[in-house]
Amino acid sequence: MNLKSFLTGRWAVVGGFVLAAVLLLVVAPALLTPFRLGLLGKYLCFAMVAVGIGLAWGRGGMLVLGQGVFFGLGAYIMAMHLKLADAPASTGVPDFMALISSDGVPFWWEPFRSGAVTLVAIVVVPALAAVLLGLATFRRRVRGAYFAILSQALAAAFAILLIGNPRSTGGSTGLNNFKGFFGFSLRDPANRLTLYVIAVVALLAMVAVARQLMVSRYGELLVACRDAEERVRFLGYDPAAIKTFAYAVAAVMAGVAGALFVPIVGIISPNDVGIVPSIGLLIGVAIGGRTTLLGPVLGAIAVAWAETSLSERFPSGWTYAQGLLFMLVVAFLPGGLASLGPVLRGWRDRLRPAVPAEKTSVPSLSGGS
Amino acid sequence: MNISSARRLVAVATASAMVLLSGCGARVSDDTATAGEGTSCVDTSGSSVKIGFLNSRSGTMAISENTVYNSLKLAADQINAAGGVEGKQLTIVAEDGASEPTVFAEKAEKLIRGDCVAAVFGGWTSSSRKAMLPVFESNNALLFYPVQYEGLESSKNIFYTGATTNQQIVPALDYLKEKGAKSLFLVGSDYVFPQTANKIIKAYAKANGIEVKGEEYAPLGHTDFSTIVSKVKAAGADAVFNTLNGDSNVAFFKEYKNAGLTAEAMPVLSVSIAEEEVGGIGIGNIVGQPVAWNYYQTIDSPQNKKFVADFKTAYGDAKVTSDPMEAAYTSLYLWKGMVEKAKSFAVADIQKAAGGVSFEAPEGTVTVNGDNHHIAKTALIGKIAQDGLIYTDWTSGKPIEPDPFLKSYPWAAGLSG
Repeated sequence: MNLKSFLTGRWAVVGGFVLAAVLLLVVAPALLTPFRLGLLGKYLCFAMVAVGIGLAWGRGGMLVLGQGVFFGLGAYIMAMHLKLADAPASTGVPDFMALISSDGVPFWWEPFRSGAVTLVAIVVVPALAAVLLGLATFRRRVRGAYFAILSQALAAAFAILLIGNPRSTGGSTGLNNFKGFFGFSLRDPANRLTLYVIAVVALLAMVAVARQLMVSRYGELLVACRDAEERVRFLGYDPAAIKTFAYAVAAVMAGVAGALFVPIVGIISPNDVGIVPSIGLLIGVAIGGRTTLLGPVLGAIAVAWAETSLSERFPSGWTYAQGLLFMLVVAFLPGGLASLGPVLRGWRDRLRPAVPAEKTSVPSLSGGS
Repeated sequence: MNISSARRLVAVATASAMVLLSGCGARVSDDTATAGEGTSCVDTSGSSVKIGFLNSRSGTMAISENTVYNSLKLAADQINAAGGVEGKQLTIVAEDGASEPTVFAEKAEKLIRGDCVAAVFGGWTSSSRKAMLPVFESNNALLFYPVQYEGLESSKNIFYTGATTNQQIVPALDYLKEKGAKSLFLVGSDYVFPQTANKIIKAYAKANGIEVKGEEYAPLGHTDFSTIVSKVKAAGADAVFNTLNGDSNVAFFKEYKNAGLTAEAMPVLSVSIAEEEVGGIGIGNIVGQPVAWNYYQTIDSPQNKKFVADFKTAYGDAKVTSDPMEAAYTSLYLWKGMVEKAKSFAVADIQKAAGGVSFEAPEGTVTVNGDNHHIAKTALIGKIAQDGLIYTDWTSGKPIEPDPFLKSYPWAAGLSG
């Protein structure tokens, strides 16, 4: 076995997983204060959404500008359950509802009193929404910019719907002030650490799922759909079903991320699910490298971390920095930072034409709008 | 990694998570868990002490909250120049709330746990306050919130230096009743402050024989008011009670004037329009309309003259001073008074010492209520004049004791339930 195949082979993947698990589960909790660890937990939630975007956009070519919708569905479902669980036993009405109306709990809140229903709904509701939307659009061969606009409009509509119904959704404040998480106090540092561990496990599981999908026959078909959808159709496959599946998987990942975001961060508001955060997530993926397995994860974490630390030093400077970084990446590094090595090698080779150009292993990006 | 090893990893990790969950986590019912996190990391051993300013420096609220930041900064500079608090200079740690509740919550936690500030000053929207409240309660820290709000709240970790409803909305209703208003039309933005305010207004109206002829809400940022204004016109109420916030006011008052409605025939009493906003709405659209606050730039007192002069010196002659800015400025001095009375920066000592702490503020004398953490302040109804400033038209005469849950008003029974 030569070194190269060792590094890209199966042992490298297992090693990478173990390394990531050790870093996140042992090193981070030991080094970081509980506050910074909570922030890292939040970044991990964004990274989960990014894994899904990497699959749908990087591999499937669907420019998903509205993942905030699925993130929000998961988050609000979880938040509704936590609010109902916190509500005084005498009335069963959450605090914010009692404050502005006397109508009681809306009927569509009632199922989420049950923890089991909530956990199922966090997975099923985003998946169903994505399947319905995916079939409706991909069957009609809506793609490219039209699909992007559609998904973005959906995020805007979702945020407006939440803001417009303060009696049932908390309006622009959103839902917050959660006391417990399935009976465990959220104020206890031990429980918060547990939540962080759950987020790490969920992220690692999602990366594993994404890798299995990428190396499978299905993964090949998905890339084929991205690069030449008509040819896939002529070969007898159904591109709509192939793309819908990836879209649904991405939606479930976003939904689970939202559901974990709620107890970790302690609040969910329309500002976290609308167009701006949806695009922010996408920027992280683009910067990290959308076609790779780990690029989206690292990109999302890096962008979220940069946002926190930059805004601590230069209030309002972050928005400009984010836009500039995005433009630089799109203009000079379309494959994201993950392609930095090969791109630099390409430049070096161009400067020294005598050396034959090395074949790069970055998946093609053509047609991946 | 193949599927089976992935599964194994997930299984092991899930199992360890379960062990963690069942092993050492406190249950919700276990109240002692909350005490552990309350330990403060505030460092008061040196010659300076850190305080946090948390205002939206970016986003839609930046235009308003920057003015609050400026007043807080002015107060801190003055206090430092005069020798600091208990001999310690104030070091400001400023954070941006970015007009987003989630960011407010995160930055509040950062200021408390990361920077170990002795107290935090800031917040504007009720959304931002409600987002920060659990953070301050679970960390047992202090927030000074400088904006009038909808009441029905009282946290031992928040000091509310703006008006609560019985110091702004109830006096405004008294004023309209005195002026002979027999019917009202309610217009507001669709969020927690206008909704709660209107709930209170309707209870007051019912008890005082005032008819509410209509209640209309527009989403925040909404700018098409033709439908709402024609409804207002058709209803023909004696006055309009306006709880719109932000840009919507510009569109509403333009439309109101276009529809031929005037301040004389059907006054619009607003509770979110101060000196800062008048310029944006356009003086011609709003001149003569009444507003309800506790402070105007035109208040004739030595304290206010000094405050206005200092502010203009620091930030330019064109700047105006408004109620939330004054309440923010006052909040820092009240905190100073509390620390000096308690002879301690510790939260528990300040909470104990807070009751009765008083300050000769630009708005007049204000006194902290130790039970509900609001302050007694004088209600002032003003009228907007041609020069863009607001002049007092009616005053409650003396400071009104804060009553956030309206317990002393029989008509309000059942509102806080």
